[in-house]
Amino acid sequence: MIAKPELALERPKEESLLRRLLRNRSGAVGLVLVAAFLITGLLGALGATPYPSLEQHPRDRLKGPSETYILGTDMFGRDLASRLIEGAANSLQVALLSVGLATLAGTTIGTIAGYIGGTLDNIIMRVMDIFFALPALLLALLVVTVLGPGINSTVLAIAVVYTPIFARVARGPVLSVKEMEFITATRCLGLPESRILLRHVLPNTLAPLIVQVSLALSWALLTEAGLSFLGLGTQPPRASWGVMLSESRGLAELAPWLMLYPGIAIMLGVLGFNLLGDGLRDVLDPRMRGRM
Amino acid sequence: MARYLAQRIVAFIPILLGVSILIFLMIRFVPGDAIIAMLGTEAGMLTEAQRRALEAYFGLDKPVIEQYFVWLGNALQGDLGLSVRHGAPVLQVILQRFPVTLQLAVMAMVIALAVGLPLGILSAVRHNSLIDLIGRLFALVGLAMPNFLLGTLIIYVLSVYFRILPNSGNFVSLTTDPAQNLGQMIFPAITLGFSFAASVMRTTRSAMLEVLGQDYIRTARSKGLRDAVINRRHALRNALIPVITIAGVEMGYLLGGTVIVEEIFALPGLGRLVFNAISQRDYALVQGIALFIAFNFVAINLAVDLLYTAVDPRITYDRKA
Repeated sequence: MIAKPELALERPKEESLLRRLLRNRSGAVGLVLVAAFLITGLLGALGATPYPSLEQHPRDRLKGPSETYILGTDMFGRDLASRLIEGAANSLQVALLSVGLATLAGTTIGTIAGYIGGTLDNIIMRVMDIFFALPALLLALLVVTVLGPGINSTVLAIAVVYTPIFARVARGPVLSVKEMEFITATRCLGLPESRILLRHVLPNTLAPLIVQVSLALSWALLTEAGLSFLGLGTQPPRASWGVMLSESRGLAELAPWLMLYPGIAIMLGVLGFNLLGDGLRDVLDPRMRGRM
Repeated sequence: MARYLAQRIVAFIPILLGVSILIFLMIRFVPGDAIIAMLGTEAGMLTEAQRRALEAYFGLDKPVIEQYFVWLGNALQGDLGLSVRHGAPVLQVILQRFPVTLQLAVMAMVIALAVGLPLGILSAVRHNSLIDLIGRLFALVGLAMPNFLLGTLIIYVLSVYFRILPNSGNFVSLTTDPAQNLGQMIFPAITLGFSFAASVMRTTRSAMLEVLGQDYIRTARSKGLRDAVINRRHALRNALIPVITIAGVEMGYLLGGTVIVEEIFALPGLGRLVFNAISQRDYALVQGIALFIAFNFVAINLAVDLLYTAVDPRITYDRKA
């Protein structure tokens, strides 16, 4: 029985990720936008909206922005601001669930494939290649075809598209980390394989995964809105930015705010996650620093 | 080169087979049975014998694996089955609509390259200047702007301020009346090409910046070469490689991602066809289109690989020491 060597070395003081992110211009702006989006989504989920999002005000249909309705009303006299806030909750729910699922499934698959290697790795990655041979939106459409329109299908569709991407992103670093000397050292110490994988290999693959999560969230927002716009995602009367934008078609001349605000909301959300992803890449991957 | 090409084509066969299995299985997982899907409520009027006859006719009475091989065998001979809604062979329906989507994708690609390349080069050459700032803002907006938003905005601006309705009237093909056709296609193409232009710009800019920082560029400069020559002959050529990758991948996505744009602008292309096939439960057609698009996607990726050699002579695919 060998005693575990104690770590006598002190770690060099590292600045927190948050602080480094805030000093990066993209990262800071992205963080602010994402925070605003999260807060709005939370308000929506708690029902903290100026009016109930489904409440119709028949006398106030298609009213422009005013003191009563700060962003105006839609064709049923529903308060647009309230629906936007609830739409944020909806987008957030779909994005977090789908990307969460994809991250979990993809990272598990990719890490196991990379760590075990050999034939298993080969088989798993060839199966992932099959998913890469279908354009993302088409794959999402196929999943929705099978499961039928709705919010759960949208979550699964986005997860199916992103699982192979996460598998690939997780596998790469695992392949190089598992050959490193400190992994051999853990093995010499007699640590169980599961512990080596979870405690020593996985943390070293986190940086590219975190960047990918941020970018995946932005794609998830776009796809939820896109599928809902086509009538295949979130179903009315539930508020979704995509549904709202789709409903504004044909009314644009009469009530341009119906198109404007959901459009701005989608763009700011996507922009936030994109910038956050760029910032995270700059901060976490020094090779990429200052390139974009 | 020929050997490499052969290797790559052979490598694509399992992927395409996998895709065909995936698509086949997905469609089989659609809840409800295929006969009801085809006939709708009228399926209830079938007698048991009629229903069994129909199942035998479509091969639905056989085991799933056998159904797959029959379908695959037919697909290899160009027979993708019959579209129930169109009453015509699936492949024929696809080939009728494909030119519209192809034209749309090519026009979007031309627009994206025409905007993205110069902007990316200028942004890199004049690093941190005003034009760089404008270029980067354009890229950010382009990547965050969903095409259904841009399309809706374009239609709004055109109809309200210019009194033009780009998606009204019948679609005219390129061969019938080129001028009218281009008029109908230009706005959808801009809509589709916008975010693509943004990603071309970003890729070009970062590739140029990286190349411009290399030693051989400094050498060229110290030899007294003019900036224009250095930028064009030394930097751009090397910076183009990642741009080609992006352009190739995006072209594949464009072919499979025109659904929303075709829907907004009412263009009779493949995207709208697959969308309608999904809503009308025309599963043979959905299956056929998915296979068709996957095949194109894979073929384009192969073409991109081959394009590399044309741009970068250092890349050779023949194994010589």
